[in-house]
Amino acid sequence: MLSVSGVAGMVTQVVGVAAGAPLLVGWMRQVRARLEGRAGPGPAQPWRDLRKQLHKQNITPDGTTVVFAAAPVVLAGTSLVIAAIVPGVTTGSPLDRVGDLFAVVGVLLLGTVALALAGLDTGTAFGGMGASRVVTIAALVEPTILVAGVALSVPAHSSNLGRIVATTAADPGLVASPAAALAFAALAVVVVAETGRLPVDNPATHLELTMVHEAMILEYTGPRLALIEWAAAMRLTVLLTLLVNLFVPWGVAGAGAGPAGLLVGLGAVAFKVAALGTALAAAEVFLAKLRLFRVPELLAGSFLLGLLAATTSYFLTGPAG
Amino acid sequence: MSTAACFAGVLGGVSLSGAAAVAAVPTRVSAAASGLATAAVGVTGLVGGALAVAGDLRPAWVGWLVPLSGASFAADATSGLFLLVIGAVSVVAGLYTVGYAAHGHLGRAPLAVLPVFAGAMLVVPLAAAVTTLLLFWEIMALTSLLLVLAEWRREQVRAAALSYAAMTQLGFVAILLGLVVFAAAAPGHAETFPALRDAAVHLGPGPRAAVFLLTLAGFGSKAGLVPLHVWLPKAHPEAPGPVSALMSAAMVNLGIYGIVRVDFVLLGPGPRWWGLVLLAVGALTAVYSVLQAAVATDLKRLLAYSTSENMGLICVALGTAAVLAAAGRPAVAAVATTAALVHLVGHAAFKTLGFLAAGGVAAVTGQRDLDALGGLARPMPVTTVAFGIAALGAAGLPLGCGFVGEWLLVQALTHAVAAGGTLLALVVPLAVGVVALTTGLGVAAMVKAFGVGFLARPRSEGAQRAGEVPATMIAAMALGAISCGVLAVAPAVLVPVLSRVLPELPTGTAHGPGPALGTLVRLPGVGGSVSPALLAVAVGAGVLLALAAARWGSRRRPAARTAALWTCGGGGLTSRMEYTATSFADPLRRVFDAVLRPDVEHVVIAYAQSPYLLEKVSYRSWVHDTVEVVLYRPVLRAVAAAARGARRAHTGSIHAYLAYGAAGLLVALVVVL
Amino acid sequence: MGLFSLIRRVGRVAEPAPPHPAASAGPAALRGSLQLRHVDAGSCNGCEIEIGGCFSPVYDAERYGTRLVASPRHADGLLVTGVVTRNMERALRDTVAATPEPRVVIAVGDCARNQGEFAGGYGVVGAVGDVVDVDAEVAGCPPTPTEIIAVLRQVTGR
Repeated sequence: MLSVSGVAGMVTQVVGVAAGAPLLVGWMRQVRARLEGRAGPGPAQPWRDLRKQLHKQNITPDGTTVVFAAAPVVLAGTSLVIAAIVPGVTTGSPLDRVGDLFAVVGVLLLGTVALALAGLDTGTAFGGMGASRVVTIAALVEPTILVAGVALSVPAHSSNLGRIVATTAADPGLVASPAAALAFAALAVVVVAETGRLPVDNPATHLELTMVHEAMILEYTGPRLALIEWAAAMRLTVLLTLLVNLFVPWGVAGAGAGPAGLLVGLGAVAFKVAALGTALAAAEVFLAKLRLFRVPELLAGSFLLGLLAATTSYFLTGPAG
Repeated sequence: MSTAACFAGVLGGVSLSGAAAVAAVPTRVSAAASGLATAAVGVTGLVGGALAVAGDLRPAWVGWLVPLSGASFAADATSGLFLLVIGAVSVVAGLYTVGYAAHGHLGRAPLAVLPVFAGAMLVVPLAAAVTTLLLFWEIMALTSLLLVLAEWRREQVRAAALSYAAMTQLGFVAILLGLVVFAAAAPGHAETFPALRDAAVHLGPGPRAAVFLLTLAGFGSKAGLVPLHVWLPKAHPEAPGPVSALMSAAMVNLGIYGIVRVDFVLLGPGPRWWGLVLLAVGALTAVYSVLQAAVATDLKRLLAYSTSENMGLICVALGTAAVLAAAGRPAVAAVATTAALVHLVGHAAFKTLGFLAAGGVAAVTGQRDLDALGGLARPMPVTTVAFGIAALGAAGLPLGCGFVGEWLLVQALTHAVAAGGTLLALVVPLAVGVVALTTGLGVAAMVKAFGVGFLARPRSEGAQRAGEVPATMIAAMALGAISCGVLAVAPAVLVPVLSRVLPELPTGTAHGPGPALGTLVRLPGVGGSVSPALLAVAVGAGVLLALAAARWGSRRRPAARTAALWTCGGGGLTSRMEYTATSFADPLRRVFDAVLRPDVEHVVIAYAQSPYLLEKVSYRSWVHDTVEVVLYRPVLRAVAAAARGARRAHTGSIHAYLAYGAAGLLVALVVVL
Repeated sequence: MGLFSLIRRVGRVAEPAPPHPAASAGPAALRGSLQLRHVDAGSCNGCEIEIGGCFSPVYDAERYGTRLVASPRHADGLLVTGVVTRNMERALRDTVAATPEPRVVIAVGDCARNQGEFAGGYGVVGAVGDVVDVDAEVAGCPPTPTEIIAVLRQVTGR
């Protein structure tokens, strides 16, 4: 079960996501800046922000408990675990058998819950508001993820991500199926909602009343804030990686790939994620944030797509299996 | 080697002598006596469960116990599983009672009834004949009713008890009718379970369906399945802490036991629509109850709705198993059955802990309203951690003890898509959506319960005065927390029991292998694995890595400090500015407005001089149980109207009564002739 | 796709960056990244409009590593505008106290520097420097975005 290639691939993934996530966020901001006619601070800006935050003072607000202090660490820790599981560079991660798609979703939710509890722990109105909103969105996103997950698991006869990606890589026809297209559309909405991008949440807002993610973290300073922003970037990166590799798996190293294979995998996934990030950032220029109570309509739509995908996948796969 | 009857006798002896001891000892120690007696009953149950799982309890018949028919007892591994679960809950709840009742929360009568209730619950799975089952079912119902009435001076308690009494008796009637129809088909009207099992094949499809539906309604009402759940969120919260735990973590399981025993084992594998009915009822229950939990503001009511939700999930799993067994997919059916049993055990663990923690909060603060709680993490750290562990389990997240059960259920559903034809291809994705929505809303409900109830700052005097609960209560919660932790990371501890139970069930592993619950939980024949233990290790490693990353630059960092909350420069925050449970759930309430149909009263009173100067603005909103409003109120109104009509006929005149008699006789003669 | 063709037609709006400011102020930790929280202590809104202008596409202050944020906890610098009025005095002190070290307080505009037009007014406590320690100042009534950005660039060093 433990192969050198798998372990090396997993380490590459974790390091790649940890180092590359702020760059992806910076790149997406840069793309937006250019489309808006600005010059932009360059893709390395989030790394400069993180370095600076790590050198700043830690302030613990009065009346908070250990939950407030622990939440950023849990959020970052769960993000690292997901980075190790999700097949970005290799399908042979030793953790692949430890957590399947549904477990990954659960671990992702664990991080969300930790941050929501931290928002409530401060006792401020904004903290509670952000927690309430983020939990509402997470609750409504859940059905879409799982149904789309079922749609993807049916052709692979497994919900383990490595297996799904390997199956798609071996049989490219699967990508062209209507089930895959529907599942992609559903999951794309999910990724947008889970990572707090437009039109669900505006990552660049300064107005507290319109915030979702930012409202929960208004009390965080310095290193804890750095952990949260790093983790948020990693979650975005990992979800984009997952989305892109579930549907465009080429280049991902197989279970027994050598160093060259891993390098190719790393390059391929970096290119694909950057391309998807560019597309997402470009699309955001055209979007305005939805009113909070219109978001459920968007998510209901994505659930319907997921449902259709799951049903279609049965009819396409056939009753054998 | 002993007999099941022997063992039932021991249980009865322990319970009754416990009750007698409570009645005899001085008031000062009656709480300890009752708690220890209940724990002793629980230990007896555990021993019996172990014997039953090992197959060491022979069936037996006791002629003198019940007139005419006698009482039959038997124990197979299925009974053993339920004995173990109920016994474990009784031990923890009993231990908890020692400290809880010492506060003076329980009178002597409820204390005396408590061990009898535990004993009655433990005998129910041992019953092996219709009368025996019904007898102990009724004793269990009555004792639990007495316990719900422990704080009978409060109006809500009496209303809840009335609702519970009515529903439990109606449920009893449904079970009785169903089993009577069943037993009528047996040769010589034999009523023992082996005879019924043999008779099931001779039952026509009509009576068979009737038996299924009647027993499902009867047992389902005990498990809190929608629409027969209305008593549960009233009665469970109004009962004292340990009783809530016993009812919500142990008694509801017997509803599932009844469905498994009668509808699965005795009535044999049924047609596909049985499974679909179970699936539909379970799905409806799960979503409806979790939605109610998500908007509930009463901590114990929230937990009670969560009980109903989890019974719904178990029902979805059982329904999936039945459908798959009928479709000829025993391997995946076994996964679904395992999911039901694993989730049942997990639910018992986290719900016990949840109700014990909530009971402690209610006892210390005098509050159950989440809007008035808050800030308990500092004065009640142990209770807070205990509730956190329970909430993690109830949310179905990884590292919580509800995760493996729900994971198995989703896996079973995933592989059911490809298993059973067009109908399933349409139904199963919907079921996955339902399970997922249930998980999502469950997370919301539990974040609310823990975050609003225990974190932030106190919103009432009661919450401000809070202090930690006594040591025995802490010990009981620690036991519960340990069970939750073990079940969360090592579901393999259930293997010795499940490996004996599953072959007994028609949807279990009688026809094929089941899932392997090792360090790696694997599915038979299909891909898909998860390892809760290794996942926990991975998350731990990730957390350590994140901690190390956060230390980068720490040497040049200015010294950490504490500061007042950032209030946007507006001065101090008061507890009135905090987010409450109501405001937390407001987005969900709006999204599901059509289902919840909240009542809102919004009054704006302006001064006479100008409509722009407001004297007072008041806003109140309530969320009712929609099912109760829509289904029950019209029936209750009709019954009341009928009673009023009948009263009009009671004139008190002897002539009128004679006329009624004559008319009745005439009608009877016409009908008979 | 009207917006898309507009984007293509307009191209880059940001003006070329002025030459790098010679001297640098502020702590070393803030090199390259400066997150700002704006505090209006009693301004006429003239400076606000100019600060808004700084982050417009034309001046694009973000390219030098600055960014406006929602909470002083996230901020490294406070942009304080206007004279400090009585009602805002405590809020200003609270905001400075809520900002983690190392931090810079930048007084933007003449009112913030020396009470400007409002000196001696009945509701005025004083200039920003009378209430909290000020690390940098931008003169002008109102200062132009170019002048504000020049001071910000001294802190970020970009």
